[in-house]
Amino acid sequence: MEKIVQLTLSGIANGAIFALVALGFVLIYKSSDVINFAQGELLLIGAYLTYTTVEMIGLWWPIGVIVAVALAAIIGVLIEQLVLRPLIGEPIISVIMVTIGLSSLLRAIIGGIWGVTPRTAPQFLPRDTITLFGASVSVDRLWAFALALTLFALLSLFFRYSREGIAMRAVADDQQAALSMGISIKKVWAIAWAIAAVTASVGGILLMSIFGGVSGQIARVGLLVFPVVILGGLDSIPGAIVGGLIIGLLQSFAGGYLPPELGMGEVVPFIILLLILLIRPYGLYGQRIIERV
Amino acid sequence: MQSGTFHTSYASDMALRPYWIQRLRIALVLIAVLLFPWFADRYWLNLANMIAIASIGAIGLNILVGYTGQISIGHGGFLAVGAYTAGLMAVRLDMPMWITIPVASCFTALVGAFFGLPSLRLKGLYLAIATLAAQEIIIWLLTHGKLLGIGESLSLPRAANNLFGIPLANLGNNDFAFYWITVGCLILTVIFVSNLFRSRTGRAFVAIRDQDIAAQVIGVDLFRYKLLAFATSSFFAGLAGALTAHYRGIISWERFTIDTSILYLAMIIIGGLGSVSGSIYGAAFMTLLPALLSNLARAVSGLVPDINSYLPYIQQGAFGLAIILFLIFEPEGIVKMWRNVKDYFRLWPFSY
Repeated sequence: MEKIVQLTLSGIANGAIFALVALGFVLIYKSSDVINFAQGELLLIGAYLTYTTVEMIGLWWPIGVIVAVALAAIIGVLIEQLVLRPLIGEPIISVIMVTIGLSSLLRAIIGGIWGVTPRTAPQFLPRDTITLFGASVSVDRLWAFALALTLFALLSLFFRYSREGIAMRAVADDQQAALSMGISIKKVWAIAWAIAAVTASVGGILLMSIFGGVSGQIARVGLLVFPVVILGGLDSIPGAIVGGLIIGLLQSFAGGYLPPELGMGEVVPFIILLLILLIRPYGLYGQRIIERV
Repeated sequence: MQSGTFHTSYASDMALRPYWIQRLRIALVLIAVLLFPWFADRYWLNLANMIAIASIGAIGLNILVGYTGQISIGHGGFLAVGAYTAGLMAVRLDMPMWITIPVASCFTALVGAFFGLPSLRLKGLYLAIATLAAQEIIIWLLTHGKLLGIGESLSLPRAANNLFGIPLANLGNNDFAFYWITVGCLILTVIFVSNLFRSRTGRAFVAIRDQDIAAQVIGVDLFRYKLLAFATSSFFAGLAGALTAHYRGIISWERFTIDTSILYLAMIIIGGLGSVSGSIYGAAFMTLLPALLSNLARAVSGLVPDINSYLPYIQQGAFGLAIILFLIFEPEGIVKMWRNVKDYFRLWPFSY
């Protein structure tokens, strides 16, 4: 029982972080049909920027986090303007490859600035343990989950009520119609990348706090985004959240219950990915417009 | 001066290289390839071997991505299958390389066809993501390879490097001897693949790339030809992997991660999609770029003492930047740049 509660909680916390990262991914895909392979590097950028502002410059951590997230948003917009904009309308392989090249470039820049040795990072989330359903769990997971939920709530308010949010939904729904209504698609793309950078860097910061350090390992989560978004449906925001939680839980249980020397936690998401693609390629909530061969 | 295309017979119309200048160029390249190892030192021979092996792998990937239009991010995994099959056969069964390499290539073709199964239902980026899963699953099998009995790395016996019982060491040092093997395999690959796309099968691949539904309407069996494309492509990946295993003598899974898949994709993008010579240019570019950068770093290390510690990042950054710049400014790759150069001289001085 104790193990179940612990695994469930860590699965949910990881899942919420996956969902955050996947949300940015889905936003970019919905607004501009770009598959972003550099999502993992956006996580790293958020984590390392926070490390710099808090640990190296010595800002009070809430301010440090806000500065880091704002910088990440600017980087997101810059990436969109400089790298993705020239490739609009190119074949899919070009778009995939340019984000892959981007991820390599970003990783090189990150490595050049901060090196590859793992750094101990500030832990903002309280680390005491509490007893829940008879199991002792560390509070930071709960906090990570709560913070991710708050960000989701804020974003859904943004999409529902703000002018830009509504414009983004319009573009995702029908690009031609949105254009003819005078919505600036370029602005929508820039906002999509900014939000993706923000959610990814918040995810990176939460992971940094849970791991107690920052290293290239965090970028691995960028690959886990693929099982999450395919499971939830590539173009569905609720799908990203549900998919994130399911993959988080599955990973946690597979790692906890199957023999540890198999390392099943790493591969289970990808086996699921392959199965989903074969059985139901549009995922749980995605639109069924996928072309069948 | 050549002023147009004037074929007077079907044979010349069908020829791969109809003009004397093209044949002259090929002859010159072949002579250079034959003379090169007698003058090069081991450093350059090693680079040449790496380029030849990478070219074979890149041509394989180009069959799938450039000619058949199926994006694959799992090429590194298929290289690993080839390398480990050859390695395990050499270690466990004491087989020589002239048996292990063909067997490993064929086995990789089978594995490739298996992971090509999703292509029957998926295309475009969904297929790309499916091959990404294949890559991760293959690497997981290798890293948790207690089932296969593999440790962290696998050392191949030197004795396996023989051709029909004659040890390769008789030819000279390892780099020199392998030069003939790798370049020989590359030449055979080039001849096979160039001719493949003049055959029924190759044309079916191209038809699938250009418009799969139309291809089906004119009678191309999508099921069969897509799997065949995956198998052919993986065959060459397996060949490249097996050659790497025997050449290096030691293999570990780190050589075949998703970064390798990306490297090969970058080779064919930068070289030119859907072009055999482009694959070779791309492979050479991607192999020479890091070597060039490290030589450059050594040259300026007197001025900038820290440069060696930054070298890996400079190499990785240059790799990413090369992909981005090529995609933005010359999406058709080196092969297009080379064609522009040729056109300039062909039409000179009356280019209009």
